[in-house]
Formats: sequence, C-alpha cells, structure tokens
Amino acid sequence: MATSNKAPTPPLARRMWNTGFPVAVLLLAFLVIWYGAAWCMNSAAAVERVLEPAGHPWTWQDLLATTWNMERPVLPAPHQIAVDFWSGLVDWPLDSPRNLLFHVAVTGETTLVGFVLGTLLGLVLAVLIVHSRTLDRALLPWIVASQTVPVLAIAPIVLVILGSLGMEGLAPKAVIAMYLSFFPVTVAMVQGLRSPQVIETEMMHTYAASRWQALWMLRLPAALPFLFPALRVGIAASLVGAMVAELPTGATAGLGARLLTGSYYGNTLAIWSALVMSALLGLGLTTLVAATEHLALRHRRQP
Amino acid sequence: MKPALPHSLRTTAAAVAVSLGAASLLFFHPAAQGESPPTAAFWLMLVALAGAALWTIRRVAAIHGTRFDGILTAALFGLWVLYFWQMLVVVFEVPRVLLPAPSLIVQSLVDNPGKLWGDFSQTVLKAVCVGWLLGSGLGFGVAVAIDRLPFLQRGLLPLASLTSTVPLVAVAPIAVMWFGFDWPSKAAVVVLMTFFPMLVSTLAGLKSSGKLERELMHSYAASYSRTLWSLRLPAATPFIFGALKVNATLALIGAIVAEFFGSPTVGLGFRISTEAARMNMSLVWGAIVVAAVTGSLAYALLVQLERRAAFWHPSIRGK
Repeated sequence: MATSNKAPTPPLARRMWNTGFPVAVLLLAFLVIWYGAAWCMNSAAAVERVLEPAGHPWTWQDLLATTWNMERPVLPAPHQIAVDFWSGLVDWPLDSPRNLLFHVAVTGETTLVGFVLGTLLGLVLAVLIVHSRTLDRALLPWIVASQTVPVLAIAPIVLVILGSLGMEGLAPKAVIAMYLSFFPVTVAMVQGLRSPQVIETEMMHTYAASRWQALWMLRLPAALPFLFPALRVGIAASLVGAMVAELPTGATAGLGARLLTGSYYGNTLAIWSALVMSALLGLGLTTLVAATEHLALRHRRQP
Repeated sequence: MKPALPHSLRTTAAAVAVSLGAASLLFFHPAAQGESPPTAAFWLMLVALAGAALWTIRRVAAIHGTRFDGILTAALFGLWVLYFWQMLVVVFEVPRVLLPAPSLIVQSLVDNPGKLWGDFSQTVLKAVCVGWLLGSGLGFGVAVAIDRLPFLQRGLLPLASLTSTVPLVAVAPIAVMWFGFDWPSKAAVVVLMTFFPMLVSTLAGLKSSGKLERELMHSYAASYSRTLWSLRLPAATPFIFGALKVNATLALIGAIVAEFFGSPTVGLGFRISTEAARMNMSLVWGAIVVAAVTGSLAYALLVQLERRAAFWHPSIRGK
C-alpha cells in the first residue's frame, strides 16, 4: 500500500486538537441540551407527582432540582444515568443479574462466538465461491440480495427451530449472531480474493503454484484490506443479533433482556444504563477488531 | 432475426426444460402430496432429479455472454432449492413447527391477506416510510446546513461515524415510553437509525466534486448556492442514493425489531414474534416473505430511481 507520497500529515497534537476540540465542544453542547430537555420533559410529571403533593409553594429552583432527580423520569438527566450506571457496575456481585457486567458478559460471549463462527463461515463460503463458477453464479446473487432484506426478522424462527431441536442457552443466540455477521464477510472476501491483478495470478501460474498455494500466498493476503472493514460491520451486526435474540425467549440475562425487563417495569434508569452499556460494548468490540486490523496490517504501512 | 443457438446452449435449454417438466410431474406423485408413503421408485426418481438439478445448474452457470446468464443461474438454483425443500419436507413429514413446506407458506399468504396487509400498512407504510423519509431528510438537511461550518463538521463526523458501531435499535423501549405503543415510536427508532448514515454520506458526497470543476465554477464567479446546486449536489447524488439504499434496509430492520419491544396487535414484527410464540410458523414465514419482498422491491425501486436521477454519472454510465 504505497500511500506515503502524499502531503506530510500534521503532527499528532495538532490533529488531536483539530478533531478533539470540536468534538468536545459538541459533546458539551449536547449535554446542555440534554439537561434542558430533561427539564422540559419532566416538569409536568415533577409538578404533579412531587411538588404538588408536598403542599408548600415552590420556586423554579425547586422545579429544576426535582426534574433532574426524579425517580422515574421521562428523560433522566445525564448524572442520574451515570450514577445508576456506576452502581450497576460496582454495587452488586459479578454473578448477580443486577450487575451490568453480568449482562455484558452474557451478550458479549454470544456476540463473539457468533462473530467468530460467522467469520469462519463467510471465509469458507468466499473461498468456495471464488473457486467454483457454479457456486459463484448460483449462490452469490442470493447472498448479495439478502443484504436488502431484513434478515434479522428470522431470529424468532431460528429460536423456535433450534429450541425444538433441544438447543438452549448460548447456541441459538450465537446462531443468529452468526448468520447476521457472515453476509458482509462473504461479500467482501469474494471481492478481496478476486482483487489480485492478472499479472500476479499469472506469476503464480508460472511458478506452477497449486490452487492452495495461490490462495494462501496471494489471494488471502490481498484480501485482508477488504476483510477488516467487513469484520467491523460484522461485529456490529453480530451484537445487534445477540441482543435481539435475547428478546423473544424471555431470557433473563443479557443486555437485550435487561432492556426488555426495564421497559416492562417502566424502570427508565435501567433502560438508559443498559443502552449506555450496549453502546460501550459495541464501541469496545469494534475497537478490538480495529486493533486486530492494526496488528495484522502493520507491515503494509511501511513504505 | 435471432441468431441460431449454439449446440451446447440448445442441449442445456432442453435439459433444463426436461428436468423441470419431470420435476413438476413428480410433484403430483401421491408420495409428494403426502398421501402415501414414498416407494423405492419415488426415491429413485427424486435422486435422479437431484442429479439433474446439479447438472443443469452447472451447465447454466457455464454459459457465457448472454445478458441474463448471471440471474438465470441464481433463479434456477432458487427454484431447485424451493422444489427440494417442498418435496423433502413433505416426504419426511417434517413437523410444521420446524419448517413448513413452501406450499403452506404460500397458503398462509393467500389465507390471511387482510391480516398481512394490515401488518404491512402498519409497519411499512406508516413506521418505515415516515421514519425513512424523516431520518434521511433530516440527515441530508443537517449535512447541507453544516456544509459551510467546518468546525461543526469536524466535531460531528467522528461522532456520527461511531454510531454505526452502536446498536441504535436498543432505543426502542425508550421510544415506546415517549411516543406510545403505536407506529410513531417505531418511526422514531427508524429516524434515529437512518439519520447518521445519510449525514455521513451526504457530507462525503458534497466533498466529492472534482477540483477542476470547482475551479471552473469559481472562474465563472458562481455564488456558493449556485455551486452547491449546479455542481456539488449533483456530484453527491450517488452518495445520497447509496445512503438511501442502506437506509431502506436499516429502516425495515429497525421497525420490525422495535415491534419486538412492544406494539399494538398489528405489524410485521408483532406478527413474527407472537405467531412464533404460538408455533404458527407458516404465518411467521408469510410475514417474513412480505418483509423480504418489500425490502428487495424498495431496493430495486431506488436503483431505478438512481439511474434516472444520476444517469450522467460515471458510476451509472458504465453499467
């Protein structure tokens, strides 16, 4: 990848300032808007449920303080979410369903198992498709077309089928996460495995390289830059799949289940904490993939 | 005048026709209708057909040159998969809970047009359409609005890109709390899911016009809005349509999954989750067929629209 003959990039500190500062300003503005919105959206309930029953007259400061510290707010203030989130992390033992990390472990495990299986399936399928004209013509159009279809809707069916086959616990959820993550990997890998130039494939041919050698030494390395963006898409899809798979089973563990129970009991803070946690999990998993990419492709950036 | 088909093409076409004919004859065998246990002769014919199916797919896949050969193989493959799905499910008496035969799924589509139409209009016509239009429109509007504010762009772009890694559909319970059980809450989820892809794509599209063209506009003393309207927005159309296409799928997923979190007693997601819980799998499959057809039709429609709107663009012209 010879991309080094561009204009020299500005030093790191300058780049950090160029994006970090606007992002910080925006986040701050977002926080202010959030507090304002919390005040607007909660004030009706605050007056009705807290201030009126108290009986004595109240000022706008009272109203402000109440709207930002309600028990079941329409929109909780950020510090309430932070407090609930922190208490969900540290106040309970790790194996208690009240601990957020317990749910993260369940969902994260499903996501990772499904993601690894889906990636393997995608790789195998892509290799087969690249080497067989029949599979390429018969299967690839369906895989591409399935990208336009809400495949996630099949999740309840997969749960029912695997459930009646006696599979319970991790396996059915991981299957859903798997089939969501294999589509992008397959499509990208077919593209990547075909990316070597004619001259390179012909050179392998003149070396009398077998198909396996050509695959291992030329096609797979050439496909890596295509693989990693697909993996990032795949792991995000896998997380959504794992969370959705927790919904219809009445599962009690996992971030999806936590969201659902929170919404049953109207426990706003629990919903928001689970939401923040799933966002963090998504970011963490993507960072993991990005770090792997960095590690795998570190030799290519050197000029 | 049609040129005469080459010899190998004619054999392939004949083989496809004969095997499909034999397949439809075998379909009316009592064993295939589930009326009698399969005999050895029936098995023999089924195995022979499987061989013929593989052979015809290989032959069709080997055709070069005609315009539709790519689609043809996929279509034939799909047809054979459907056929053997039907036959094997009936012959092995697979329980309907596990996998209903395609004929049963079609039957459920025919038997419940009112129910499925209600679900379709609830989920697609209301939640998806409104959410998709609002989300994409807002994303586009915000992108154009902050086009002249590089500070906001630098701040917003990293955050907007991060949202693709976050399971946004999880806001569904909050949307239900705010907007009620009916379709507005689903539309809200869809708005949130479709907003960011559109924002990021439009911003990228607005930057995609060439330096030469921009300098030409500059030398014409074209105003900012003139440049935007005549050069930069047209140059951004492929990006915008790309986001519209991605968003169409995202919107369907968002609306259906949001209904898993709670909905009135109508909607594709509601139908799928409740009928799956009641083990009425053929109706579940029917609802999925509706969702899948909707998704592909929306995609095809957008592709056609893109060809009309950006017919001049190199990425379209090449096709």
